[in-house]
Amino acid sequence: MGEEELEQEQEQVVNPWEVSAKDGGKIDYDKLIDKFGCQRLDQSLIDRVHRLTGSPPHVFLRRGVFFAHRDFNEILDAYEGGKKFYLYTGRGPSSQSLHLGHLIPFMFTKYLQEAFKVPLVIQLTDDEKCMWKNLSVEESKRLARENARDIIACGFDITRTFIFQDFEYVGGSFYNNMVKVEKCVTYNKVVGIFGFSGEDHIGKVSFPAVQAVPSFPSSFPHLFSGKDDLRCLIPCAIDQGETGKMSASDPNSAIYVTDSAKEIKNKINKHAFSGGQDSLEKHRKYGANLEVDIPIKYLNFFLEDDDELEHIKKEYAAGRVLTGEVKKRLAEVLTELVERHRLARSAVTDEMVDAFMAVRPLPNMFD
Amino acid sequence: MGYTKDQLLARLKELQIDFAQYEHPTVLTVEAQAKYVGDKGGGLTKNLFLKDKKSRLYIVSALADTKVDMKVLSQRLGLGKGGIRMAPEEALGEILQVPLGCVTPFALVNESARHVSLLLDKGFRTQEHCFFHPLSNDMSISLHANDLDKFLKSVGREATFVDLEANPPVGKDQPPDLAAFVPSGSTILSDPPEKTVPLQGHTENPVSAYKKSTATTVKTTKVPVAVKNVKDKLAVAAHQPSVFSDAGLLVEEILNRTSSLLLSEIKEDSIRQHGEHLGTVVADNIKKRLSSDLKSLAIMFKNTAYAQGFYAGTHHHPKPL
Repeated sequence: MGEEELEQEQEQVVNPWEVSAKDGGKIDYDKLIDKFGCQRLDQSLIDRVHRLTGSPPHVFLRRGVFFAHRDFNEILDAYEGGKKFYLYTGRGPSSQSLHLGHLIPFMFTKYLQEAFKVPLVIQLTDDEKCMWKNLSVEESKRLARENARDIIACGFDITRTFIFQDFEYVGGSFYNNMVKVEKCVTYNKVVGIFGFSGEDHIGKVSFPAVQAVPSFPSSFPHLFSGKDDLRCLIPCAIDQGETGKMSASDPNSAIYVTDSAKEIKNKINKHAFSGGQDSLEKHRKYGANLEVDIPIKYLNFFLEDDDELEHIKKEYAAGRVLTGEVKKRLAEVLTELVERHRLARSAVTDEMVDAFMAVRPLPNMFD
Repeated sequence: MGYTKDQLLARLKELQIDFAQYEHPTVLTVEAQAKYVGDKGGGLTKNLFLKDKKSRLYIVSALADTKVDMKVLSQRLGLGKGGIRMAPEEALGEILQVPLGCVTPFALVNESARHVSLLLDKGFRTQEHCFFHPLSNDMSISLHANDLDKFLKSVGREATFVDLEANPPVGKDQPPDLAAFVPSGSTILSDPPEKTVPLQGHTENPVSAYKKSTATTVKTTKVPVAVKNVKDKLAVAAHQPSVFSDAGLLVEEILNRTSSLLLSEIKEDSIRQHGEHLGTVVADNIKKRLSSDLKSLAIMFKNTAYAQGFYAGTHHHPKPL
């Protein structure tokens, strides 16, 4: 018994609140996939997506940022047969400012919406943050609306997107489904999964149902009434808090969507750990260590041009390109992203947020 | 020249601010001040004049009993640990224009102090009145927190009361809650892409710009909201035509971006390099480089049209038949 427990402590940790590798090393994604009963998103699947959607697969798919799936093939089979699906993603609005790591699941979801031409529901769990971060109800609701602006700025199509916040939407059919789900899960089970103790308040115990229920179309009668067998695809990230941070130990090194070009440049220069050599001669001779180089890691995420990325990696590893040049390119790429986001966000008015969040039919959602 | 004690007192009377004044020998510490006004009820205050590594200045005014931990304060301001220390003596004279031992919120009446950020102890509001030096250490005046508020407003400042003893965690999901108090010209208007809308009140003073969202207590996570405020105003001001609502402006923006990219791609070098194939190369590059930006513009144009229609529809009251 004791031995088993010891083994568990040394494993990597992935739960709703923490993601950490064994002995501070790298996350073993194969083990992760195994543990969660998923499969790898291999090249044949990516090609299939390309064929079915008629548009190039997203950079995150090509680069393995989204690397695992469960039953994705089945959704694609149904799609090929003319049966659509809807997307579901969400955010816990705990802070006003978003950094690049927060945007990643939304960027990917936007691509899925556009490529497959399907509707999307976005859940803002203001109740979760009210409970876990001990914010007031008003503050949580306010943050949810603020975050909605940044989410909208990612480019979601209002004719196919329904954004809702729990404090406003929970009730009616949604709540009916919540109770049905709650009845299926014992207290012991939920304690086992989430690690609750006798001291945790009761709101936390049934909260998981709130996040489960958007995956059932009957939770949205104004959208999917009569379509009870509509499938739901849920893009989600495991360690999204880590990305966007130039330095793992410094939360202030993350690139925020409100950062100026200058701030971005400074954060990269100051915090991004370089895999380059200490001196020019050594670098020309040995090249850079791409494994630990943070700028390369981020170019991998955000530089869309595959050829250019390959070229940079090759030249950097050979020592022909310097760290400064890689950082400069990264700064350009991120600045472009952030400025595009800022411009889009400036278009978001209160009326637009109201419209995205209105309980209304979306007659063109599959067009 | 800095304000004198008499000028300040006259100003307070003009504003019809209720206060009591007590003359006493010059004092340099709270303990010494207590000897003369300690028995008059209300709260004695300690006033710190602080400076961060970028030479930005702060006055932290607190009840004498409030524990102010400089390390915690530094983190809450987003300056890291140990990012803040006592300001040098010269700054007292130069910026606040008060003598040693006389730091006081009233020093903000001086123009020279316009960039100094002010943090007030929320404990002030629980006191019947609080004691401050009116720009000179040989007198103490006592007034209610609301009256201090009134005075600060009269010099274009916002009085924001903060829980100085709080020690909220600062981390990846919890941005420094007092970051809005860090004075800076640049955070207010960081390269806005379009026209800038003038902020309310005094643009010099970053603190007053946060009028909209800075409530009385700043206990929950609040991040520099100045940029967001400007963006909100830009969004509201977009009931004026913008690229997102006016087709002509949208097309102009698209064509401008395309032409400038085109011009940057057609240079002597590229002509030499690609010759007759330059057209294809440039066309490909334009598609590659502009696609995301233009898609973003287009979807927001669509969303804007829908939102405006939706608003009109939901506010339409059909005439009763």
